[in-house]
Amino acid sequence: MTRLSRVTRTTAFKLSLLYIAVFTLLSGFLLVYISQNTDNLMSEQVVQTIDAELNGLSDIYVRGGVRDLVQTIDRRSRHPDASLYLLVDFAGNALAGNIARLPTLVLEEADGGLRRVHYTRQGQDISDVERQAMVRTFELRGGFRLLVGRDLGEQLRFSNLLANALRLWLIVVVVMAAITWIFVSRRVMKRIDEITDTSRTIMTGDLTERLPVAGNDDEFDRLAVSLNTMLDRIELLMRSMKDVTDNIAHDLKTPLTRLQIRVESALRDAESGEGYRTALEDTLSETDQLLRVFNALLRIARIEAMAPGDGLERVDVKSLVSEIAELYEPLIEDEGGVLEINVTDGVFASCQKELVVQGLVNLIENALKYGRPSEGDLKIRLSAKEKDARIVLSVEDNGSGIPDEQQERVQDRFVRLDESRSEPGTGLGLSLVKAVARLHGGNLRFTNGNPGLIARIDLSPAEPGSGGNSNGQDGHGSGRDTSTDG
Amino acid sequence: MLRILVIEDDPEAANYLVKGLSELGHTADKAGDGETGLQMALESEYDILIVDRMLPKRDGLSVIEELRKSGNHTPVLILSALGQVDDRVTGLKAGGDDYLPKPYAFTELQARVEALARRPKTASQIETTYTVGDLTLDRMAHSCRRGETEIPLQPREFRLLEYLMQNAGQVVTRTMLLENVWEYHFDPQTNVIDVHISRLRGKIDKGFGAPLLHTIRGAGYTIRDAAQ
Repeated sequence: MTRLSRVTRTTAFKLSLLYIAVFTLLSGFLLVYISQNTDNLMSEQVVQTIDAELNGLSDIYVRGGVRDLVQTIDRRSRHPDASLYLLVDFAGNALAGNIARLPTLVLEEADGGLRRVHYTRQGQDISDVERQAMVRTFELRGGFRLLVGRDLGEQLRFSNLLANALRLWLIVVVVMAAITWIFVSRRVMKRIDEITDTSRTIMTGDLTERLPVAGNDDEFDRLAVSLNTMLDRIELLMRSMKDVTDNIAHDLKTPLTRLQIRVESALRDAESGEGYRTALEDTLSETDQLLRVFNALLRIARIEAMAPGDGLERVDVKSLVSEIAELYEPLIEDEGGVLEINVTDGVFASCQKELVVQGLVNLIENALKYGRPSEGDLKIRLSAKEKDARIVLSVEDNGSGIPDEQQERVQDRFVRLDESRSEPGTGLGLSLVKAVARLHGGNLRFTNGNPGLIARIDLSPAEPGSGGNSNGQDGHGSGRDTSTDG
Repeated sequence: MLRILVIEDDPEAANYLVKGLSELGHTADKAGDGETGLQMALESEYDILIVDRMLPKRDGLSVIEELRKSGNHTPVLILSALGQVDDRVTGLKAGGDDYLPKPYAFTELQARVEALARRPKTASQIETTYTVGDLTLDRMAHSCRRGETEIPLQPREFRLLEYLMQNAGQVVTRTMLLENVWEYHFDPQTNVIDVHISRLRGKIDKGFGAPLLHTIRGAGYTIRDAAQ
C-alpha cells in the first residue's frame, strides 16, 4: 500500500492521469461530434432520396395505374443499389419489390411515417438476415401499399468505423500515457530524486558534496549547476566564517590580553595620577587599534556576504583611477616615490565604486609599506586595461615582491609576512581586496615583476549605454558651488 | 552655545554625551526612546538632534522621517553601530544630515556637531566668499587670495580649503575631510589626508604672517585667525 501510494503521489503519475483524462475527453468529444454530424447528414440524405422516389412512384401510379407501377418497381429493383421497394395488394401479397421479408406491422400501419426496420432482401443468403433500412410506407388508392426505403448498411458501417477508431484511439492514448509515465518517472523523477537525496546529505552537514551533472545540458543539469554554484558559495561563506572565528580567537585575544595586563598593572603599581593617565592613554590607543581590526573584519565579512550584483554602478575606470592617484600622489611623493598611472580611455566597469577604490587604496598602501626597493626610488604604477572581456586593475611596485609560495597565503586574514610586525597594520588589507575582487566576480592575483610585485584584480565591464553614474566629472571644483554636503 | 537633544537608549552612552556636550558649553537634553525623542524634538526648538539608530518604541530612522514629514528641518546626526556605506546611505536618505558610526571619539562627534550647526540652512544662506583673517576664498570666481597675493589652487585643494573655511574656527577631523572633500567612506591606514593638508598649508600659510591652518592634536585641523 505504501509503495502504491508512493507511486500515485508522484508528479509523473498525476501527469499521466491528467494526460489520459484530457486526451480521452478531447478525442471523445471530437468523435462524438463527427459521428453525430455525419449521422444527421446521412439520415437527411436517406429521407430525401426516399421522398423523391415516393413522389415519382406515386406519380407513375396515378398516371399509369398499378401495372406501370409494378413494371417500374421491377425494373428499379434489379439495380443493385441501396434502394428498397415493396408493393403489396390489400391482402398483403407482394406484387413487386426486392424485399423478401420484413415485420408485417410495417405494412399494416401504412401511415406515411418513417421507420427503421430489419429486413431481408430478395436473392440474399440467409446469413444476411439482419440488415437495417429506413423505410416509408404509403397506402395507395385501391388498397395497395407501397414501401420505399434505403438500406442503412453504409451508414452503419461508417458508425462502426468511427466507434472502432475511438476505441483504438483510446488505447493509443493510454499506451502513450503509460510510456510518458515510465519515461517521466524513470528519467525525470530519478534526477529529482537524486537531487533530493544529495541535498539531504548536504543538509546533514557534508558541504563538500555536490549534485550530479549528467552533462547533457538539460534543465536538470542547469539546475544542478546553479545549485552547485550556490553550494560553493555557501561553503566559502561557512569556511570564511570559521576562519574569522579562528583568527579572532587567535589575533584578537592577544591585544585584549595585553590590554588587561596593562589595566591590571596600572591599578596595582601606579602611584600618581600621572601614572594612571599614561596607562589610560596606552589603553585608549590599544582599543583604537582593536577597533580598527574589528571594523576591518566586519567590513570583510560584510563584503563577502554581499550578493554579487549588489549595488553595481557604471563607473568610468579612468576617472576612478585618477581620483585615487590624485589622493595618493602627494603622499607617495613625500615618501620619495613616484606614482605612474596608465589607463585606457573609455573603459567602463560595472562595480561598487567605493569598494573598488578601497581595494586599490589598500594595494597602494601595501606597495608603500612593503614595495620599497632596497636601493633607488619607490615606483608605483597604477594601471587599468581591458583584457579578455575583463577590466584588469593592477598596482605594481619595484620592491622585493612576495615569494611565489606565499602569494596565496598573504590573502588570508591576519597573515603578515613581516614577522616582526614592525609596520602598523592589521593583516587584513589584502583579505579585503580579495573579498572586493570576489564580489565583482574576479580574483586577486599576484605576479612577481622582477623586480617588484604586481597585484591585479579584475572587474566586469559595464554594458555599453547602461544607466547609472558615469562619474565623469573628475573633481572639478567648479559646477559644484551649490554643494552643501557638510 | 547650542541646544542639543540626544536620543539614545543606553543610559551610560547618553549621560556621557550629555556631560561632554555640557562641558563644551552646550545645553543638552536626553530622551531614552524614539517616542519621547520625537515628542521632545517636535515640542521644543533644538539646534541639533543626535539620534541613535536602534531605539526602543520607535527606531531612529522613523523618528527622523516623522520629523521631516512634519516640516522640522533641525540638523540630525545619526549615531549607529551600523557603519557601512549602505547603512550611511539609508540613514542619509531617511533625512539624516551626518552619520557617525559607533564607537566614536568624542572629538569626532564634537567636530561633526559643530559643523552641522554651522551648516547653511537654505541656499540663500550659502556664502559666496569665505574670509578668515586676510585669507579670502571666492567660490564664484574660484579664486583664493591672501592679502594681496593670488594663490593658485588645484581643484581638490580648493574643495579642501572651501570645506575648512566653511567650518572656520571649528575642528574638522580627517574622516570628515575624506568624506566631504573626496567622498570616500573608509579608513585609510596612512596619513594621506595629512599630506594634502600640509601641501595646502604650504600654499596658504608659508611666507605669510601668522599661520591660519592649525593641527589639533588627536582630533584634526582647524582654520582660524589667531587674532580672533
